[in-house]
Amino acid sequence: MRMFEKPLGMRDTLPSLYTSKRDVRDDMVKEIERWGYDMLATPTLEFYETVGVQSAILESQLFKLLDQQGQTLVLRPDMTAPIARVAASQLYKKMGPLRLAYGANVFRAQHHEGGRPAEFEQVGIELIGDGTTSADAEVIAIMVSTLQSVGLTHFKISIGHMQFIQALFEEILGNKERSTELMQFLYEKNVVGYREHVKSLPLSQIDKDRLLRVLTLRGGIEKAEEAMEIVDSEKGKRALVELQNLWKQLEAFQVESFVKLELNTVQHMSYYTGILFEVYAANVGSPVGNGGRYDELLRKFDCSAPATGFAIRLDRLLLALGKMGTTVRKYGIIFSEEQRMEAFEEAKKLRQDGKIVVLQNITGVPNVDQFVQEFEEVMYFLGKPRKEREK
Amino acid sequence: MSQILTVAMPKGRIFDEAVQLLRKAGYQLPGEFQDSRKLIFDIPEEGFRFILAKPMDVSTYVEHGVADVGIAGKDVLLEEERDVYEVLDLKISPCHLAVAGLPDGVIKDVAPKVATKYPNVASKYFREQGEQVEIIRLNGSIELAPLIGLAERIVDIVSTGRTLAENGLVELEHIANITSRFIVNPVSYRLKDREIDEMVERLKSVVGE
Repeated sequence: MRMFEKPLGMRDTLPSLYTSKRDVRDDMVKEIERWGYDMLATPTLEFYETVGVQSAILESQLFKLLDQQGQTLVLRPDMTAPIARVAASQLYKKMGPLRLAYGANVFRAQHHEGGRPAEFEQVGIELIGDGTTSADAEVIAIMVSTLQSVGLTHFKISIGHMQFIQALFEEILGNKERSTELMQFLYEKNVVGYREHVKSLPLSQIDKDRLLRVLTLRGGIEKAEEAMEIVDSEKGKRALVELQNLWKQLEAFQVESFVKLELNTVQHMSYYTGILFEVYAANVGSPVGNGGRYDELLRKFDCSAPATGFAIRLDRLLLALGKMGTTVRKYGIIFSEEQRMEAFEEAKKLRQDGKIVVLQNITGVPNVDQFVQEFEEVMYFLGKPRKEREK
Repeated sequence: MSQILTVAMPKGRIFDEAVQLLRKAGYQLPGEFQDSRKLIFDIPEEGFRFILAKPMDVSTYVEHGVADVGIAGKDVLLEEERDVYEVLDLKISPCHLAVAGLPDGVIKDVAPKVATKYPNVASKYFREQGEQVEIIRLNGSIELAPLIGLAERIVDIVSTGRTLAENGLVELEHIANITSRFIVNPVSYRLKDREIDEMVERLKSVVGE
């Protein structure tokens, strides 16, 4: 192994990228805080048995290690499960909704190829203790204004509802096993396989058509009305009413132009329990963020409470923004020993004005002309001070 | 305003059939693809940019979003397991994935070997059969492997079975039917939904879905 090698998927953040990343993160956090959300931090390591098992991330993507007591630990694969743990054990007193936010690195082991990061930063929020669609709408509205606050303009959010698809599949297919089998095709984005599987099922033509119509349920809010025609059960209809309700609130937030309904979305097989969404931006091949309602998670931490939230991937957002490096404007002061005092004084003055100043002793630079090129402005304090020369 | 769609097209065997299908769907395409060594073709009249890729790489371009849509064999999708939408069975270039070997071939008890261009598909198939095998990845001329004793069996695509027959091999097991599929990048599917939906509808009408 060469000395500069790194583990698969691990990346350095070099200065110029660091700066743009920090700027974008700061703007996002500021916007999130304006909505009254409190930032918090949790440990990088958690128990496999608690956060590891309960997170939405696949087992095969977890980084595991053993502590000195022989317990299995994981590097946190997302922030939702750790925050659910903290909320359940310490913060949530059932008095009212909790509004929490974070900006933190998460870890997901990569198997395929070197190009994908195994550690990346997410900025997100969790709204815990409010089970109404108002909470879902607030979370989506904050996601929109957070993305707008950093200058992203071209993006789309697709919204679905886990219970609609569950209800529809269960009423047509009769049991959970068969509906999970069919759902797997949607989860794998295999529309061809879904169609073939539906055709092969021992169902009436009417039921097959109902299942096939699911594929066309992408578009505006009128799709919820269309979906009403194919679902009979109370549970399914309730999900659609929730979506219609949500839409009205998104209109009140004036963010409905960013949103599309996608009633055939299945993002995770067993994690989300209600409204769920993903956000897509131009120039990035994968979603920049996602979120949804997870009303069962806190119960796993012995504190039953509804919850919803979103997470945005900072690396992908930077790609979408086209910000791959910011250059910082710096002043350069090149000095020699004789004028050290004057140079330091000038630098202090400039810094007090908020300028960024590099002080460099001329004898420490092999090629001054090349060195000064990175500076916005260069000042030289070389040779005998003027006062002495005048004597 | 209509947005340009970047289409990843597979070079070689499937290419002509794919172009024919697009023409049947009413797209006006230039005739000179085959003779040229160019890899990118702009077809502004139809709002297309074609990129000509190795068939095995089509789903990679689409997953990364440098192509919005693409035409890829189901064999490639099974092998690569890329995060793309498989939207339509184009029903072109039909063939199947199969296990083949010598007609009187004896499979060794200790570490039986399988040579293939599809290591993931082969490994998954034998695992599901509960059979332990050693997979040897080759890049072409797979039929050679059993003939010279590199492996007892191979996993490969079979269309007419002629190549197998000419090399004295027989098909032993059928793994999966293969045709070409229309695939879509998940982000493009949302941001260019109008253009992509239209293309899917036009293709659907000619493949008879």
